[in-house]
Amino acid sequence: MLETIWFILWGVLWAGYFMLDGFDLGVGTLMPFLARSDLERRLMYNATGPFWDGNEVWLITAGGATFAAFPRTYAVMFSGLYTALLLILFALIVRGVAFEFRGKEESPTWRRVWDTCFFVGSFLPALLLGVAFANIFKGLPLDAKGIYRGTVFTLLNPYGILGGLLFVLLFLVHGALWLAVKTGGELQERAGSLAGGLWYLLLVVAVAFLVASRFATGLYSNYYETPLFFVIPLLAVVGLVLTKLFVVQKSWWRAWFASSLTIVSCTFFGVVGLYPNMIPSSIDPGYSLTIFNSSSSPLTLKIMLAVALVFVPIVVVYQVWTYRLFRDRVTEKDLGYEEAY
Amino acid sequence: MDAVLLSRLQFAVATFFHFLFVPLTLGLSILTAIYETIYVRTGDEEYKRMAKFWGRLFLINFALGIVTGITLEFQFGTNWSRYSEYVGDIFGSLLATEATVAFFLESTFIAVWHFGWRRLSPRAHCVTIWLVAIASNVSALWILLANGWMQHPVGYVIKNGRAELASFAAVVTNPFGWLEFLHTVSGAYILSGFFVMGVSAYHLLRRRNISFFTRSFRVALAFALVFSLLEVVEGHIHGAEVARTQPAKLAAMESLWDTQARAPMALFLIPSPGRERNLVEVGRIPGLLSLLAYSDSGAVVKGLKDFPRDERPPVTITFLAFRLMVGLGILFVLLLVAGWFLRNRLVESSRYLRIMLWAIPLPYLALELGWTVAEVGRQPWIVYGLMKTSDAVSPISPGQVGVSLVAFILLYGFLGLVDFYLLAKYARKGPEPAPVETN
Ligand code: HDD
Ligand code: HEM
Ligand code: HEM
Repeated sequence: MLETIWFILWGVLWAGYFMLDGFDLGVGTLMPFLARSDLERRLMYNATGPFWDGNEVWLITAGGATFAAFPRTYAVMFSGLYTALLLILFALIVRGVAFEFRGKEESPTWRRVWDTCFFVGSFLPALLLGVAFANIFKGLPLDAKGIYRGTVFTLLNPYGILGGLLFVLLFLVHGALWLAVKTGGELQERAGSLAGGLWYLLLVVAVAFLVASRFATGLYSNYYETPLFFVIPLLAVVGLVLTKLFVVQKSWWRAWFASSLTIVSCTFFGVVGLYPNMIPSSIDPGYSLTIFNSSSSPLTLKIMLAVALVFVPIVVVYQVWTYRLFRDRVTEKDLGYEEAY
Repeated sequence: MDAVLLSRLQFAVATFFHFLFVPLTLGLSILTAIYETIYVRTGDEEYKRMAKFWGRLFLINFALGIVTGITLEFQFGTNWSRYSEYVGDIFGSLLATEATVAFFLESTFIAVWHFGWRRLSPRAHCVTIWLVAIASNVSALWILLANGWMQHPVGYVIKNGRAELASFAAVVTNPFGWLEFLHTVSGAYILSGFFVMGVSAYHLLRRRNISFFTRSFRVALAFALVFSLLEVVEGHIHGAEVARTQPAKLAAMESLWDTQARAPMALFLIPSPGRERNLVEVGRIPGLLSLLAYSDSGAVVKGLKDFPRDERPPVTITFLAFRLMVGLGILFVLLLVAGWFLRNRLVESSRYLRIMLWAIPLPYLALELGWTVAEVGRQPWIVYGLMKTSDAVSPISPGQVGVSLVAFILLYGFLGLVDFYLLAKYARKGPEPAPVETN
């Protein structure tokens, strides 16, 4: 029971991460295609400025919770995905410093360097997180000792790449909608119409992913067993449809929330399908890591549950407060203040 | 080279680098909060400019502190997966608690502080920097409790082939962890004090913004002085705790080969681990080591020869690092006491100001040396007495680690240079001129 509760919490933390960091990774990936001037680039940085760091802590906490509640999964997942994970981390490093460094020199070359870092540092994590999670859904080549018997290239199979593509598109739409929420004028218009356009691509890839999952993974078996769970992929579809609806109406906040719903339900589509596995083994199902054979002791799970139940709601409250505090659009005037990026 | 050695090198590079930025975060957040509090209390705009000026340097430093922390968090999984499986039950929960309790608070409110000058009342804005300061220091507490557990494991049972939590209370009250916390944060406050004093000295030497930098200097001086005294006292207690819990480390810190009563301390010596003795020993003071370690000049101190060869830490590094750290600690006290006497005529004391400018790197060195003592001195154990470092490494190929190690060095080297360049640039530039507030 404790294991199951922690498994759900684990899903919640990842979903929270994808939903929140998703939009700022999306904004970074869009930058070279959407921004037409230094001014617009700065608007894009500042549209995510007060949020990206707090969003990234969801990743740290998801990692920490994996370590605390499922140490064996933490060990196998991150040593097995060694190169992919380090690439994600390096990307997040250059992206994080780009915010702080970019505006600190006037030279166009300096700015171009950090803009490139910002783009690569946003695109690569989006792609690789998708590839990694699709491969986890599919199962990793783990032997009896939990040792990963593959290379980085093992991950680059068609289903993995489809997963990467799905994440990139989810985040692109999410990011474009965020810009529509947070900016005005011409940039807002372009961002909004881009979100509408990308939506079609997302729809195709999302459907392809749902279908491919039927053949490449065992995710659906839980759904056939308990058809009620089909609500979750259904919610993903509802979110997707609503996103388009609200984009057409130009209600940007609503569209952003609908897109959040899509991301969260997509995450839970995978998480529920995995249960009780955390990382299925593609060599032999018996070697799979499950929530039972990889969890911490009941005492640790209980204590950590208490910590999570007290502090996560507090975190949510103050993060919501900051989102409200900085809810206005970023305008040219804001860029005049000394603290602007 | 094998995966163990490469992983150790990589971990060392990553933590040493992380710790170039951590201490300034820990201390400068508090100093900035103090300046802003004075502003809120007195309404003196100059203190607001101080909060802004030092806060900007804080932010430049903070950016690298954060991004380098994230890689550390995941390196236990990537490079030390057997360790992670073995101790995750305890160690992982401390790390996860740190993230939930401290990192969220820190990262969320630093942004509010940074962007919130016009959106919050002065009082509310001041609260946000205090939240950041408290959160970063609380994060230090949790990570040091985690490290303290590796140094001196308590509150566990060996079950199901791993260390499992038996008493959470014992883990969070581990005296070793609390001593590390006090020692590390005091060191960080000293460092931040020296940083502020050094930058202020630069400007005072050029007679710029005299009032601004004199006031900054004085607050930082008082702050650093208190903690430098505390550091020496606490360091001594810390050493006694090491003697009790990690006798091999103590012997290496002092390069003591033979077990003896009335163990001496030599003012100067050169260890020769190959021959299991010291080459030169000058100025032996009999009984001093026994006295410092056990508060009894007749006590027996165990020498390195009485530990199996494969359970001795690298002696020369541990010894040198310890000596230098202690030497620096004493030097800091002297410099700060001198400053206390000069505090009312700083501008005229140009020789002192010049020394303080050049002293900026010294606390950085002391802190890194301290970690060298603690971590290298703990070898060959990753968890003292429970697990050897060589048994802890992930089943990964040396090639993979080799590539990532080179990538770490190149990337960190580059970012470190850029960050220090920017810090220096903005420190030199000085504060914004007194603004015409338009609100
Ligand atoms: C004594 C203090 C101390 C020590 C020994 C460490 N850290 Fe650290 N860490 C901090 C003190 C700190 C901090 C003061 O809280 C930082 C530094 C700069 C910053 O922005 O926050 C931070 C940032 C930081 C972050 C980013 C947090 C964020 O986004 O807000 C992570 C994930 C870690 N650290 C993880 C680690 C790990 C896994 C360590 C062990 C090897 C470690 N730190 C050693
Ligand atoms: C930030 C300050 C720290 C520094 C500068 C530091 C430095 C080092 C160094 C130099 C090593 C390599 C020692 C050797 O192999 O000879 C090491 C190893 C290690 N340290 Fe630390 N350390 C720090 C903090 C921590 C903390 C807070 C933890 C745990 C919470 C930790 C856990 C480890 C682990 C797991 C290893 C790898 C195994 C090993 O080589 O011993 N370190 N550290
Ligand atoms: C002058 C008196 C000092 C004494 C007697 C002293 C003593 C000690 C001892 C015994 C340790 C080893 C603890 C362990 O193995 O875990 C240690 C570690 C350390 N020292 Fe010092 N120290 C002194 C000054 C300083 C100063 C001035 C700084 C920095 C500004 C500093 C920074 C550190 C750090 C960062 C560590 C590693 C973390 C820890 O174990 O607490 N020390 N010190």
